[in-house]
Amino acid sequence: MLSIEIKVEALHAWYGNDEVLHGIDLAIEPRSVTAIIGPSGCGKSTFIRCLNRLHETNPGARVAGHVWVGGEDVYRMDPIDVRRTIGMVFQRPNPFPTMSIFDNVALGLKFAGVKDRRRLRARVEESLAMAALWDEVKDRLHQPAMSLSGGQQQRLCIARALAVEPRVLLMDEPTSALDPISTMRIEELVQNLKQTYTIVIVTHNMQQAARIADQTAFFLDGHLIEVGPTSKVFTKPDDKRTEDYVSGRFG
Amino acid sequence: MQPRDMMQTVHPGHLRWRKWKNRLFAGVIFGLALLAVLPLLLILAYVVFRGAPGVSLRFFTSLPAPTGIPGGMANAIVGSIVMVLMATAMSAPVGVTIGLFLAETHHARWQNMVRFVCDVLSGTPTIVIGLLVYAMVVAPSGGFSGFSGSVALAILMLPTIARSSEQVFRLVPVTLREAGHALGGTRTQVWLRILLPTARAGVITGLLLAVSRALGETAPLMFTAFGNQFWSNNVTQPTAALPLQVFTYALSPYDDWHQSAWTGALTLVAIALIINLFARWVSRTRR
Repeated sequence: MLSIEIKVEALHAWYGNDEVLHGIDLAIEPRSVTAIIGPSGCGKSTFIRCLNRLHETNPGARVAGHVWVGGEDVYRMDPIDVRRTIGMVFQRPNPFPTMSIFDNVALGLKFAGVKDRRRLRARVEESLAMAALWDEVKDRLHQPAMSLSGGQQQRLCIARALAVEPRVLLMDEPTSALDPISTMRIEELVQNLKQTYTIVIVTHNMQQAARIADQTAFFLDGHLIEVGPTSKVFTKPDDKRTEDYVSGRFG
Repeated sequence: MQPRDMMQTVHPGHLRWRKWKNRLFAGVIFGLALLAVLPLLLILAYVVFRGAPGVSLRFFTSLPAPTGIPGGMANAIVGSIVMVLMATAMSAPVGVTIGLFLAETHHARWQNMVRFVCDVLSGTPTIVIGLLVYAMVVAPSGGFSGFSGSVALAILMLPTIARSSEQVFRLVPVTLREAGHALGGTRTQVWLRILLPTARAGVITGLLLAVSRALGETAPLMFTAFGNQFWSNNVTQPTAALPLQVFTYALSPYDDWHQSAWTGALTLVAIALIINLFARWVSRTRR
């Protein structure tokens, strides 16, 4: 029997009175990549924002259902602990503009009360190395984060998320604002990171899902239509709507 | 349709008429804009014209003197600066906190009330604020003082600082706050470590504009700081201020005092101009 890292059961989410997720059930294995695909507005971003409880920071937003990560009920944990367990990378690179490269990566640890400079320094180096950015920035750690290129900024954001030692990494269309070369580097990075972390990635780009994901989930109008091994979802989907979407007939 | 048909539908002279209208309207807008800045230019030119002859080292370094003896406004310049600095020290923390409350929390009813109070306060005649501080600080403490003057200025600055910092906080992208929360920051940590540093330049710009307004205020100081012909190195005593000194001298019957009043006015305008230029520079160097 396979072990389960993330288990989602009957997950519903609302913005005010609009229900945007209508009961999602999903299981994710540890150290795997799961791609969430679907047309705009289908609830895929909302879904991953429910996993780290970021959805509820929007005024009027509400969630019902269960999410377990590593056996723990996320909605019974303190949201701060949840977000330390589950890191997140956003659609556009969003380094903190007033901070240096070093301070961007160190901030999560400082939030958590780490003051020892040697530990901070060691963890910053480890995180940047894991994000394949260390070699490019090791001589300019104290320069502004905004001096990096877009692709470097996104890898910095990945390093920043890894620094607090999460189990899971959520990525919300992490390459949609990047050029093809930077996109390729991030995809390679995802392949390396999955040896350590469980990754859930939202993507608009079906080729990207096909390239990097072990498992693919297709969302439509707030419903999970189909989930399965990526090759199966793309070549022999069970549902007609999945087939129409992955063959480019809509969306 | 064919080009030939177009030629018949649109009268050939019409383009020329449209271009003429366009030029007329652009001219009108330019003329009205010029009319709008004209009063400001006239004030500047006239204040420089009348004030410049009195500019001297003595004016900035010596005390006011009886008519017929050359004097200056050094004590008023220092008094103004000290009182405005004290007012900023009181008003800035409170105002920025109100701005944070208005921009970052979700208590719509309270926020609307606070916003309404701020708007009313910034529309309140400044003499009323002076009277309020007279009743609440000057009368109980037993006399006019520089401290009460700075309290009046602080109240005057508060709504400007609160509303301008609210606007600046709203400009900080939501994604930065979310990135902070996603790293496991509490709301307070996200405010102090991410929001405030990112908004710093804008907040400082708002503070400087409030400062430059407070520097020129006369009415709220009349019943509070009161004015002083001598050095006032004690904020519990009546304190001289530049606008008060200008006011007193302008009402006097003496020509040399009138000259000093003009030079004092020029000093006020120059300080306001410098602060505004500095504010522009700060806001341009943000990020």
